[in-house]
Amino acid sequence: MSEIIDIAVIGAGPAGLAAASVTAQHGLTVVLLDEQPAAGGQIYRAIGSADAHLQDILGRDYAAGRTLLNILDQPAIDYRAGATVWNLTAQGNISYSLGGSARTLSARHVIVCTGALERPMPFPGWTVPGVMTAGAGQILLKSSELIPPAPTLLAGNGPLLFLVAAQYLRAGHRPAAIVETTPWRNYGAALGALPGALRANSYLRKGWALLAEIKRGRLPHYRAAKNLRALGTAHVEALEFRAGGRQRRIPCASLLIHSGIVPNIQISRALDLDHSWDPAQRCWRPRLGAWGETSLETISIAGDGASIGGAEAALHCGRLAALHAAWRLGAIESHAEITRLAKGERKALAVHHAARPFLDLLYAPPRAFLDPPDETIVCRCEEVSAGAIRGYAELGCLGPNQTKAFGRPGMGPCQGRYCGLSVAEIIAAARGIPLENVGYYRVRPPIKPVTLGEVSALSG
Amino acid sequence: MPKDSTFWHLPRPEPHALAVTFGFEGAAVAARTGDTVASALLAAGHNTFRTSSVSGSARGPFCMMGACFECLVEIDGISNRQACMIQVRAGMIVRRMVGARSLVGDAGDV
Amino acid sequence: MVKHETEIAVIGGGLVGMAVAFGLRRRGRDVTLFDEGDHAFRAARGNFGLIWVQGKGATLPDYTRWTRYSAAKWPDFAQQLGAETGIDLELSQPGGFDIFLNDTEAEAAVGRLDRLRAAVGGDYPFEFVEPARLRDMIPEVGPAVVGAIHCPEDGHVNPLYLLRALTAAFLQAGGVFENGASVMKIEPQLGAFTIHHTRPWHAGKIVLCAGLGNTELAPMLGLQAAIRPERGQILVTERIRPFLKYPTIQIRQTGEGALQIGASQEDVGLDDGTSAPVISEIANRACQIFPLLEQVRMVRCWAALRVMSADGCPIYQRSQTHPGATLVNCHSGVTLAAAHASALAAWIDGAAAPELLESFSAKRFDVLASSAA
Repeated sequence: MSEIIDIAVIGAGPAGLAAASVTAQHGLTVVLLDEQPAAGGQIYRAIGSADAHLQDILGRDYAAGRTLLNILDQPAIDYRAGATVWNLTAQGNISYSLGGSARTLSARHVIVCTGALERPMPFPGWTVPGVMTAGAGQILLKSSELIPPAPTLLAGNGPLLFLVAAQYLRAGHRPAAIVETTPWRNYGAALGALPGALRANSYLRKGWALLAEIKRGRLPHYRAAKNLRALGTAHVEALEFRAGGRQRRIPCASLLIHSGIVPNIQISRALDLDHSWDPAQRCWRPRLGAWGETSLETISIAGDGASIGGAEAALHCGRLAALHAAWRLGAIESHAEITRLAKGERKALAVHHAARPFLDLLYAPPRAFLDPPDETIVCRCEEVSAGAIRGYAELGCLGPNQTKAFGRPGMGPCQGRYCGLSVAEIIAAARGIPLENVGYYRVRPPIKPVTLGEVSALSG
Repeated sequence: MPKDSTFWHLPRPEPHALAVTFGFEGAAVAARTGDTVASALLAAGHNTFRTSSVSGSARGPFCMMGACFECLVEIDGISNRQACMIQVRAGMIVRRMVGARSLVGDAGDV
Repeated sequence: MVKHETEIAVIGGGLVGMAVAFGLRRRGRDVTLFDEGDHAFRAARGNFGLIWVQGKGATLPDYTRWTRYSAAKWPDFAQQLGAETGIDLELSQPGGFDIFLNDTEAEAAVGRLDRLRAAVGGDYPFEFVEPARLRDMIPEVGPAVVGAIHCPEDGHVNPLYLLRALTAAFLQAGGVFENGASVMKIEPQLGAFTIHHTRPWHAGKIVLCAGLGNTELAPMLGLQAAIRPERGQILVTERIRPFLKYPTIQIRQTGEGALQIGASQEDVGLDDGTSAPVISEIANRACQIFPLLEQVRMVRCWAALRVMSADGCPIYQRSQTHPGATLVNCHSGVTLAAAHASALAAWIDGAAAPELLESFSAKRFDVLASSAA
């Protein structure tokens, strides 16, 4: 009943496309599963349909992704769009949902390329309609050419925030302000990593150019902002914050927030893989070998889902994972051969990684979002507040799992994607211990909610 | 030009046709082929997609990538569908989710 | 009291340990409860939430009586905890059902309950309900259902809020909660006990409520925990407007509206992972009982390890070689919580307690073993 194939790639962003391409080139049967209707992941959303005008607005980095789609022309790649994976076993058995019906797949090797999520950035009022992630704003622009209603505020920190600001300026939409939350001390901390980052000077040049573009656009730019609070009940109406020693309130009809991105670890956690805490990126990462391999022979992870590196790094990681899988399945004879083939990828990767320490230090999330005021809703799905979580810590909850049992954070449909890190940070702060000692939610399938009808069909 | 809290389309010399019409809460919504239900609703000025089953508070799209489950609506009688993951189709009937779904799937009926 | 000394040490902060600790504290004992970290097996987190009478005690009539005793005490217990902590336990005891999809299963179950009724002298409430009458009570039941057994004393509660409320009440009452580490060693010394936790503690009396952890701890105190893990998997759906007021052994609707769906039994050792085949089987059964569930989504699954004794009944055993040490094991931590917090705590404390508790001593396993030999 279940199809048996060589390689399953989960996620058709840059890492997944690259992995599918390389495995197919080595003669393996490849199925590429992606839940979106079109390939490209988040970074290259709608890359196939974006015309020249939109590409100009979105910038050269985006446009460069277009050629990636040609990978799907390879006949050996069986690309299945709209496929939502909800279970993956250590043996490479995949359960997924396609067009409302249950499907299964058995792969001799699985490469997981599910990318990243925005880091949760809880603050009072962040759940009100009209408050979205900067990534959401960018998706609306890419997929539907939509501009948010004015006045638009951008709040938070990280390269994506500035990229979106610049893209709106190019589109003729001037955001009312950038409310940047980068603490002053980050600049000093990042300076030390600057020399190392010069190896990856293209990143620095691009970043510099973005900031210059924003400056030319004369966007009001508040720095080291604190005490964010979004006002409005049916819809966002204003953002309050403190910057430059003054309390401020700026009216807005749209508020895009961003505080960096973190690996999407739902699948790696559901497999009970080992994770390590990355103090620089302030996130959990699956423990991987040099080829993206995990402690499970059948499973590899590549791209931002392994560690945040960006789209180009993801291509190289995808290829490395593919080479390893090809060797493991006997499509490439010797390990010496894949080591040889990998040389160029590794060299390129090293350059991309060179900028990370600088970027991670500069855009380290401000403490305020890691330890927000009591009234802040931290688990959006179940509406559990930071104060309630602190209360559970006082009742003796040592980590997120007991907290989840007592108060329900993490039990909603997002399965902890937008609260897991925050809940752990709050407990760590309440207990005065490092976050890596607090841990994370126990994650189990389904990776995404799935109907009982589909689940029961698998045993019928 | 934008009105109030509506998302608006990038101005173009030849605007994309709003070729798909579907229903939302009794009103017609015109959308472009390939739009998701979420982007079409935002472009039509609808920001509240549901009221939460926990507190009744208004919620709308947040991540636009199928991860946050905020944009849940009823589509053609099926409850709790992620509007950002579903492409518009002519004649679709979309309704807000008002609190929890009912067992039979209606979003608003008791 | 000197620091790190306590009158009674309770090992294990799940539903059993916390109920016992709370009960002892209310009796005025100085109690310290020892518990481990965030990733404990914690059967308490995997509990279905049933306060279940029907079927209990098929192998031991006193278990039937003990279960009914606890179920009857539950309303006062919930009221008391609610008043002390402000937490609504969502107690509901409207009667419950075991729903059948085939006649053989139904007949076998009725047979078991008939024998159970005879064994307790006739006073035992249950009846078989035909599908038509079942649909009067639960209209959503599907055509594949052949009937159900109804017991008017069955009910359900929110098991997670129960543990939270017991913990809050215990702390409010002045109980001491030491967590974050497993108890690796207990040393009896001169009529008292040294417990090796994050630091050594001295206790006059000790109660082992560590669930599966009792296996290692019991021999240190001249006790034996004749238990084994039995895995149960559960799936939970998205929230649904209330439609199922009666708990059933396979499906119940929580206070938030989600459906909790079980039930499975597996012998897989200490593996608390979920598995696609079992979850699929559970979903299949649920859709046959309630066909409308086909369109409902499951949002999470979990598995937990029940603490099963050889006959499925509790073990309450005082140590013969180490007076002051007691073993408590059971798999019905929710149903028995009311009795554990009252009558069992009294028994542990050496006060007057229902005679039937003697039936739960571990000696019965020797009898079973020798009669099997």
